Amino acid sequence: MKRYSVFAIAREAFRDHTGWERAWRNPTPKAQYDAIIVGAGGHGLATAYYLGKNFGITNVAIIEKGWLGGGNTGRNTTIIRSNYLQDPSAAIYEKARSLYETLSQDLNYNVMFSPRGLLMLAQTHHEVRGYLRTVHANNLQGVATEWIEPNRVKELVPIINIDGPRYPVLGALFQARGGTARHDAVAWGYARACSAMGMDVIQQCEVKGVRSENGQVTGVETTKGFIGCKKLGIVVAGHSGQVADMAGFRLPVEAVALQALVSEPIKPCMDVVVMANTVHGYMSQSDKGEMVIGGGTDGFNNFTQRGSFHHIEETLRALVETFPMISRLKMLRQWGGIVDMTGDRSPIISKTPLGNCFINCGWGTGGFKAIPGSGWAMAELMAKGEPGALAADFNMWRFREGQFIDESVAAGVAH
Amino acid sequence: MLILECPYCGVKAEETELSPGYEAHLKRFGPGSSDDDFEAYMFARKNPKGVHFERWRHSYGCGKWFLAARCTATLEVFGTYPAQSSEPPADLVAKIKAKRPDWKGFK
Ligand SMILES: Cc1cc2nc3c(=O)[nH]c(=O)nc-3n(C[C@H](O)[C@H](O)[C@H](O)COP(=O)(O)OP(=O)(O)OC[C@H]3O[C@@H](n4cnc5c(N)ncnc54)[C@H](O)[C@@H]3O)c2cc1C
Ligand SMILES: [Zn+2]
Repeated sequence: MKRYSVFAIAREAFRDHTGWERAWRNPTPKAQYDAIIVGAGGHGLATAYYLGKNFGITNVAIIEKGWLGGGNTGRNTTIIRSNYLQDPSAAIYEKARSLYETLSQDLNYNVMFSPRGLLMLAQTHHEVRGYLRTVHANNLQGVATEWIEPNRVKELVPIINIDGPRYPVLGALFQARGGTARHDAVAWGYARACSAMGMDVIQQCEVKGVRSENGQVTGVETTKGFIGCKKLGIVVAGHSGQVADMAGFRLPVEAVALQALVSEPIKPCMDVVVMANTVHGYMSQSDKGEMVIGGGTDGFNNFTQRGSFHHIEETLRALVETFPMISRLKMLRQWGGIVDMTGDRSPIISKTPLGNCFINCGWGTGGFKAIPGSGWAMAELMAKGEPGALAADFNMWRFREGQFIDESVAAGVAH
Repeated sequence: MLILECPYCGVKAEETELSPGYEAHLKRFGPGSSDDDFEAYMFARKNPKGVHFERWRHSYGCGKWFLAARCTATLEVFGTYPAQSSEPPADLVAKIKAKRPDWKGFK
């Protein structure tokens, strides 16, 4: 892999950019790998990357039915934060957030991490109490967050209406090192680094079946034929239930649509991320000037990557009250992704009933921020066969035992 | 846009008139049941990519709960029926089988 650098740009400028090489190879599958990861979203690619980087396991294939990063990784609103309530969540999300700080250098790929600050508005007294509790929890967990009063909110976000008639702003939970990153670049950066380590990113190849013998996976049936493996990692987000079904076990996961939209580009007007969980809306401004807007999930099982219009209307109605100046903005694009929701709104990073098969799913509406930490924890699980401290609590048997990592109560929505 | 016909009042209700209630025909398990059954009842949903049976409520109409058969991969609606049914009616099952020959059936 040729490194990207200021010298490379200068060199290429002098030869009409003829020397750039492909960011990753487009290999044909080998017959057998030490490990196969199903799903080339951020979590699958990061898992492969840390398998190589932290454990020296590089005979790895990442198998993707579409194009890499074409799932939720390329469809999200890119919010990064770690101000969760429960200890296991704070640990893994903060690990991820801190890895994001140096990810561009680590991958030699600009993921445009922008820790611009993130506010979660409290618009009911219930939320005020909830967020004060989260601030205290975060202090104990070593996650830097603070409670800020409405006048400080107004300073940070001049375009906000803090005394709206229905939902006045009563304060906010502020994480100064929260922010955004470029979603595609995260997938591409990991894919390039994986490819450089000799791993095969195999696109346009759908896993159709999981072959196993005596409780051990031997490989996967794909649209490009059978591919053998010693270990299997299933990291397919919205399709987790379907792939788990091929492997013969059931998951406590349901697939629903989550939508987002962007406005026409405007001059810089908001340099922080604002989330309003009571009214299910959140907004940030992209480098191109578009307002990036997301809301809550649709209410029924859906695999179409299309959501219902009235949910978008609800989100915008609420945001227009909070940000009156957006009322005349034209919206340019709107899309949906299929998110995998668990009963406690926390992810699953787990062993499975098959000995050498592992699963990473259930990130639902909020897994972009977790990509580096999740890959780190999943790689450890796959390499050692046992979860490390980051993953242990996220096992799939916690539902049976009633040991929930309950973030649904903590946040209402979880982006 | 999702449109479901309410089996009670016959109104072809558009999605904003309805509230979703997720999987239908759940068998309830309570105290005294096995851990497996209780966990499955609480958390293990079918979540199929394809034919699915669901509960819906005609909230801004007659207010009653009813059941619907729908395809989660295409959003096609096969039909609706009263909530008092312990399984989907035979004619509806036959209609779905004709449209989706690969469907493994309601179990
Ligand atoms: C609209 C929207 C907004 C969001 N906003 C945020 C946000 O602001 N912040 C945040 O942290 N998170 C957010 N999320 C959530 C976040 O996008 C996801 O949690 C995260 O991207 C999941 O990554 P993944 O790698 O697990 O899944 P994906 O990126 O979906 O990757 C899974 C891949 O598996 C592939 N696959 C599936 N089945 C098969 C098969 N049988 N064979 C081969 N490949 C298969 C898919 O094609 C896909 O590419 C949002 C999600 C959506 C939809
Ligand atoms: Zn009715």
